[in-house]
Amino acid sequence: MPQLDFANPLMMSKLVWLLIIFGILYYVLKTYALPQVASVLDQRAARIAADLNAARDAQAAGEAALAELRASTAAARAEAQAAISAAMVEAQAAAAKQAAEINERLSAQVAQAEAQVRAARDQAMGALREVAGETANAMLARLSVKAPANDVAAAVDRVASQGAV
Amino acid sequence: MAVEGNAIDALSQFELGTVGGAIGASVGFTQSNLHMVIAGALIVLLMVIGMRPRAIVPGRLQSVAESAYGFIDDMVVSQVGPEGRRFFPFVFTLFMFILFGNMLGLFPYAFTYTSHISMTFTLAAIVIVLVTLVALSIHGMHFFSYFFPEGAPLWLAPIIIPVEIVSYLSRPISLSIRLFANMVAGHVMLKVFATFIVMLAGLGTIGPFLSIMPLAINVVLVGFEVLVAFLQAYVFAILTCIYLHDAVHLH
Repeated sequence: MPQLDFANPLMMSKLVWLLIIFGILYYVLKTYALPQVASVLDQRAARIAADLNAARDAQAAGEAALAELRASTAAARAEAQAAISAAMVEAQAAAAKQAAEINERLSAQVAQAEAQVRAARDQAMGALREVAGETANAMLARLSVKAPANDVAAAVDRVASQGAV
Repeated sequence: MAVEGNAIDALSQFELGTVGGAIGASVGFTQSNLHMVIAGALIVLLMVIGMRPRAIVPGRLQSVAESAYGFIDDMVVSQVGPEGRRFFPFVFTLFMFILFGNMLGLFPYAFTYTSHISMTFTLAAIVIVLVTLVALSIHGMHFFSYFFPEGAPLWLAPIIIPVEIVSYLSRPISLSIRLFANMVAGHVMLKVFATFIVMLAGLGTIGPFLSIMPLAINVVLVGFEVLVAFLQAYVFAILTCIYLHDAVHLH
């Protein structure tokens, strides 16, 4: 087996060259080749992390905008609701006031009309009593009954106050 | 050269010779060393040219370089822990050097430098010396408690300590013999079956048909050897990581 022929001087020189070549390879890889790979991998990792962060930021911004939109929608709705209810209260107040005014005016007119009616009735009543007195006097004169004028007027009044008329 | 008379010569492929004419001969530069230089150049070219695009989305060669880097990086970190990062260049060099040596040896006319026990033992000795130096520099004299596990009964010390020392010293031997034996066995088998192809083909009319069988075996063997080439490099690297873990953490 040639591998066990340790008397061969090439066996030792081969190992010396092995150490030299392995050492050079180690040095080249360690100082030049591997840091380059590491820098590319780091760059990629940094890029991925940056992209992820950007995506996360965009998501956060979108959520914030959505929340803002929701809040402003809710605020607008509340405002509109408040305006509606205020307008409703105002309109109700106005309607109530108007109704009260109309009621007042109507009741005033009613009172006035009643007063006029009462005045007309009183006037009519007065005229009726006069006519009744005259009629009574005329009937008494036809019957040739002499009666004092005061007695006739008193009798007419008594009958009128009894509500017969 | 494979067939001398009727003898199968499977071992001449491991014989050392010098390359580079008189200069190579005078400095003892063997074909083994030439293949080391080729392997080293290929590794450096892969890592440098492969990473040249510095692309965010890697191309083919950059993917190979990056996955080799990531494979060893993961191995070192998972076996030794984050503090083992400083050993990463060493483990990476070791793994790539053995892997490329094994793979390069599968090409026809190529020399497999990992098929020499002296070479694999030198690498294993570098590993063990490094591991011992790391352990001594981190733990000082406390390192020697490694040979006597804590909590073991004191009267067992005369047995345990020699056993632990022998097992520690046998690490480079098992490490180097595993790689050496696997590579030698694979290449001897390839050579033997390749010789069968030639011998059977010379058996007259029926010979060429018979020689298809060893040819088929060799095709399968080459595939198997690719697996072994990777596996042995992996085993060497991961055992190095495990020894480094012991050195850093002491059990």
